[in-house]
Amino acid sequence: MDITNYVVLAAVLFAIGATTVLLRRNAIVVFMGVELMLNATNLAFVTFARMHGDLTGQVLAFFVMVVAAAEVVVGLAIIVTIFRTRRSASVDDVNLLKG
Amino acid sequence: MNEVIGLAPWLVGFPLIGAAILLLGGRATDRWGHWLGVAASAASGAVAFILMFRMIGTPAEDRSVDHHLWTWLSAGNLDVDLGIRLDPLSMTFVMLVTFVGTLIHIYSVAYMDHDPDRRRFFAYLNLFVAAMLTLVLANSYLLLFVGWEGVGLASYLLIGFWDTGRPSARENAVAAKKAFVMNRIGDMGLIAAMALLFAHAGALDFGTALSEDSVGTMSQATATAIGLCLLLAACGKSAQFPLQAWLGDAMAGPTPVSALIHAATMVTAGVYLMVRSGAILEAAPTAQLVVVLVGAVTLLFGAIVGCAKDDIKKALAASTMSQIGYMMLAAGLGPAGYAFAIFHLLTHGFFKAGLFLGAGSVMHAMGDQTDMRRFGGLSRFLPITWITMGLGWLAILGIPPFSGFWSKDGIIEAAFIPVEGQPWRAWVFGTVAVLGAAITAFYMTRLFFMTFGGRRPRWTENQHPHEGSPLMWWPLVFLGVGSAALGLVLGIGGTFTTWLEPVTGHAEHHEPVLPVPVIITATLVVVVLGALLAFRMYAVNLVPEEAPRGSVLTRAARKDLYQDAANETLVMKPGYGLARVVQVGDRDVVDRGWSVLPQAVSWFGGVFRKAQTGYVRSYAAGMAGGVLVIAVVVWLVVGLGGAQ
Repeated sequence: MDITNYVVLAAVLFAIGATTVLLRRNAIVVFMGVELMLNATNLAFVTFARMHGDLTGQVLAFFVMVVAAAEVVVGLAIIVTIFRTRRSASVDDVNLLKG
Repeated sequence: MNEVIGLAPWLVGFPLIGAAILLLGGRATDRWGHWLGVAASAASGAVAFILMFRMIGTPAEDRSVDHHLWTWLSAGNLDVDLGIRLDPLSMTFVMLVTFVGTLIHIYSVAYMDHDPDRRRFFAYLNLFVAAMLTLVLANSYLLLFVGWEGVGLASYLLIGFWDTGRPSARENAVAAKKAFVMNRIGDMGLIAAMALLFAHAGALDFGTALSEDSVGTMSQATATAIGLCLLLAACGKSAQFPLQAWLGDAMAGPTPVSALIHAATMVTAGVYLMVRSGAILEAAPTAQLVVVLVGAVTLLFGAIVGCAKDDIKKALAASTMSQIGYMMLAAGLGPAGYAFAIFHLLTHGFFKAGLFLGAGSVMHAMGDQTDMRRFGGLSRFLPITWITMGLGWLAILGIPPFSGFWSKDGIIEAAFIPVEGQPWRAWVFGTVAVLGAAITAFYMTRLFFMTFGGRRPRWTENQHPHEGSPLMWWPLVFLGVGSAALGLVLGIGGTFTTWLEPVTGHAEHHEPVLPVPVIITATLVVVVLGALLAFRMYAVNLVPEEAPRGSVLTRAARKDLYQDAANETLVMKPGYGLARVVQVGDRDVVDRGWSVLPQAVSWFGGVFRKAQTGYVRSYAAGMAGGVLVIAVVVWLVVGLGGAQ
């Protein structure tokens, strides 16, 4: 199968994730968008690793997974805390840091 | 000497401990505090007597002893030591301060009897004595300065002692501040002199700084500068022209304070400084001439003011100024004058303390009245005060054999001694000194007869004058006897001059421009004439109860020859103007100038602040857009480049 398809799939997944991040207000959904973007990137890494016959891309994919796992732990904790104090998970309500 | 020198710190220690106990003990010491104050001062006096007898028994050349106490600070090759110098000069002061000081303490017990703050008063008196003793016992300018400031502080506290609960409270507080601020100007002079001296000699102790090595290598300009700075200091402390304005107002304090300031402590410090620094002054003839000039001006200034004052204390204050002027004049005359400056200081200490305490006794009897136009005929009611003040009056007039004669006559003779190359000096200063003696005779006789003489009392209603308690008149008796006899005891055969010789150096004998008997006779004649004039005006003629308008000079003298107006016009108003200019300059030029920079930064920041909306999604959009832009740019550059 043509390897280009994998790259296109990764790009499509990334675009969906980015759109989700930009358009949705619910923090959980935004978070899912981020996960989607990360995994799209992983797919691209693996694809290019295959293409070049080099394991570096696969190793990087593992790194991204580890980071993503840690990020989920911290991110969900933040979201839960915000929800507890504000009774809302909308990212637009959390705007105290505006200049 | 060396076996008893260990006692010397106790001279300062006793009154200092007394002050500490009274101030820290607070109200708990109210009942017996005044007696503690008296005891502290008396203990110091007892130590002084022991040291004095020991010193008399020591050969003259061994009488100067430096006693190292401890090292104040030690840094690199700089060592600042604290030590005591006991020599005939400091011993004279110690005797005067402790003896007269103790008498004033005893007097105050009765005088301040009804004052609720009597204990605090005694604490300050003890502090005053301790500070003055530190000043005269110090063996370096640095420790002298500690005492110098201590005296300034104590005088401030005492002049403003009645600063609450009286109609004149505000005035008293202002008088205290005035004294303090004017003294501060003099203190600047002392600091500057110390700095110059340190720069030259590298040390401030008398042993090094005033030694032949130090003074001998001093340039004329340095010596003159140091001499003038020291003179400024002395002017502040001793109320000499042009820093004399605080002395009259200082009468706001309780009368024993005036006695203490004028007789034993404070104003004598300037004369002490001049005599102690004699070596420097002798190296600077210009500075010496200025000292003599200041003395002569103040002498006449005080005497003229004294003639017009109706307030008994203010008249005495003007008299002090004038008498200290005599001492300054003598101190500027070199070794021939030093001994007489100190001798006059000593006799003046006795008769002026007696006169002030006598005035206090009169005020006590007359219900705090100070206007002499409301006294008169008091000799029958206050016989002890009358006699003791009479002795003081004869002493200050310089009538032989009373004490003032021996000291003041010495100064007048010294003033007539010609100075090489400046023949006018002997005549000018000699004449001023004689003239001063005549005016002194006038105003003191005026004061004496307005108070005690006159056939018709001019009292206000309901006054029943009577002598105070024995606690008040015993000190008067002691001081009266001192005023009468001290000069005779110390003056005959030059005993006192010989006593001070180890410090002041031996004065070569010079003949005055006029023969000595002529000077003495002339002085006595003008003194008697001045006294007779005053007697005619104020004892024979009736004294009006309201002050007559008087001549231009009288009106000027009543206003202290416009010293306050002069100070305000020449110093205060330009000072205010300068302060205003600086204030406006600081606010409108410096402040505003520098505010431009932070304002610019703030505005610049404001522009970028708008980007911070607080919406996470807009940041994300920004990042996505940014990545897109970078990608497009990379594609354009690399992609198009690759295509070629």
